[in-house]
Amino acid sequence: VIGRRLRVGAGLLAALLLTVGHSARAAEAPAPRSGYEFLSPENRALQDDSFANPGMLWVEAGGRRFAADCSGCHAVEQMSDVRLRYPAFDERTGRLINLEQRINRCQTEQLRRDALAWESEALLSLTAWIAHQAQGRPVQPVVDARTQPFLEAGRAFFEGRRGQLDLACAHCHDRHAGQRLRGEVVSEGHLNGYPAYRQVWETLGSAHRLFRWCNEAVRAEPYPFGAEAYVNLEYYLNWRGRGLTVETPAVRR
Amino acid sequence: MDRLTSLQPRVRVPATARAGEIVEVRTLVSHPMETGFRRDEQGARVPRDILTHLVCEYAGREVFRAELQPAISANPYVAFHFRATVSGAVTVRWEVDGTVVAERTETIEVLS
Repeated sequence: VIGRRLRVGAGLLAALLLTVGHSARAAEAPAPRSGYEFLSPENRALQDDSFANPGMLWVEAGGRRFAADCSGCHAVEQMSDVRLRYPAFDERTGRLINLEQRINRCQTEQLRRDALAWESEALLSLTAWIAHQAQGRPVQPVVDARTQPFLEAGRAFFEGRRGQLDLACAHCHDRHAGQRLRGEVVSEGHLNGYPAYRQVWETLGSAHRLFRWCNEAVRAEPYPFGAEAYVNLEYYLNWRGRGLTVETPAVRR
Repeated sequence: MDRLTSLQPRVRVPATARAGEIVEVRTLVSHPMETGFRRDEQGARVPRDILTHLVCEYAGREVFRAELQPAISANPYVAFHFRATVSGAVTVRWEVDGTVVAERTETIEVLS
């Protein structure tokens, strides 16, 4: 009888601990904070000013390109949620496909042209214009049985140590967000503003350029643009920052 | 590879103004503004490539001129003011060593 009582007690205790642990974790995970929150007031003003925001140069160029190349098949109104849906599951490859890759599929298959180079004016401006159509709308990636493994792969990348500095993304962007890394404030590492105008680059840049930059910063060999590891990471980061509204073209340090 | 290759000027002037009102002109143009002091990965100097002048004409008269220097950031944003007296064209030009490389004209209507 005593043994049974002990077992029941232990079970109750375990259940209690689980509950406490669970609610503690829920309390620890506050709403994600956009990179905007970590900007100086001057740079917030620059992002909010649709005339002075230099990223709008790319958005405007992308709008002209869309009208010239894409409007034969796609209506402008249909583009308003595209940024919210990508990266998405691709039936053909059985993997995720991101927005840049999707644009290039149109380029090669519908327009029968060479694929646009990563970080080229053409690809950046089209991506920026499409993402800009969803500005102000929350990112809510749909995770289902097919995409779950890629979400987990992205999470593993985010939490995995890499490079000579042996750091994971999570070390800075989860544990130390809001603190200073030399002169800069560490953000939570969300993608809701990308493609974004980064002042260190003096140009617009894609999420994959940012990943490569981050990987080099921890002295890791960066993956190529469009690498599956980066697409998975992009998907995970969209999920991690779910609820944040699209800010493209954001201004970032 | 990652810069806007085409020059894209943006100019904003108020559509209307009262006579004698001081109005703001805002300009933004895509340009790398390469300083000439940097070196590439092979150690070769990257040649200077900057816009040298920004000129604004209003009602046939030059109302603003700026000399741009290598220390000015890429994609320079410049805002300035003039006093609106008559309706007419406001033309903004960007020059490189005396050659006009980009130009935009907006019109302003001055209400009496």
